Amino acid sequence: MEVDIVTPKHIYSDEDLDRTEGQAIEALKKSATEIIPDPDRWLEEELERNILLTSLDSILNWARRSSLWPAICFPACCAFEFIAANASRFDLSRFGMEILRASPRQADLMVTAGTLTWKMAPQVKRIYEQMAEPKWVIAMGACGISGGIFRSSYNVVPGYNHIVPVDVYVPGCPPRPEALIYGIRMLHSKISQRRNIEG
Amino acid sequence: MILALSGKEVAAELEQNFPGSVVESGENSILVKSESVFAIAEYLKNTPELDFSYLTHISAVDYYNYFELVYQLISIQHKHSLVIKTRCYDRQNPVIPSVVKLWRGADFQEREIYDLMGVSFEGHPNLKRIALWQGFEGHPLRKDYL
Repeated sequence: MEVDIVTPKHIYSDEDLDRTEGQAIEALKKSATEIIPDPDRWLEEELERNILLTSLDSILNWARRSSLWPAICFPACCAFEFIAANASRFDLSRFGMEILRASPRQADLMVTAGTLTWKMAPQVKRIYEQMAEPKWVIAMGACGISGGIFRSSYNVVPGYNHIVPVDVYVPGCPPRPEALIYGIRMLHSKISQRRNIEG
Repeated sequence: MILALSGKEVAAELEQNFPGSVVESGENSILVKSESVFAIAEYLKNTPELDFSYLTHISAVDYYNYFELVYQLISIQHKHSLVIKTRCYDRQNPVIPSVVKLWRGADFQEREIYDLMGVSFEGHPNLKRIALWQGFEGHPLRKDYL
């Protein structure tokens, strides 16, 4: 059977793919007007009520925070500071997170290093949804927090917290590796307060 | 080193072959009519003495009254360069002939100009948005956008 190169017959035509992509972006843009709250905000209230964690909780939290594996999802230039933090000088392997996972199913942490455009937003949301629970997000850099200098642009998401719930914000343009490591340490202390066992 | 050809000298040659197509010629560039862009580009590419085999880039400028397209050409063999400009006065539906048939590198650049500036290219094989998504309203690099 000869292949018709001039008019390729896929299941979906190119026009269909373009239209579907455009509709998905428009739908996400319409729905993402509110800031998604941090799901772990209850931690602060619980601490005020002095609720103690069980010893099993502390072991689970220790295991989880000691091997945070980041997903590879670096849309823009903050990625280089993340790479610098990961390289030998700052050495993220001290925290057990030197392995970057290409598959989001094997990752715990999403470091949103860079400006996010609306065209890229459905893919980032999809990567977040593919990550297995429990999962955390660090918003790295001015663009990740609020859109930065591109906030009023026609094509930039004004902060990742419109798309995914964010746990820790690391300001800077870009933040130095020290700042990122401080943010990671804050996330560690947040994970260590997490209650896994109800009762 | 690449030598920039004098626009006036090349314009005189173009005027002989395509009478009435050159609007204006300076030391740095030649302004041609938008209908004759393709014919002039074909001539510049296929004449052995000129041999502009490489299109560096196309840029589009919004001057409120008209859109101006700037074609930067280079001859790799003769090591000389030339700048061709053309204008499109229709703001509602600007159309310029496409040069993709001559330089394949023009493909994505013309799509980008169509996407962000709203200039249509007649004869382009796949003219659709490249940086923004289908269904986006308006052309953001126009001066009257927002």
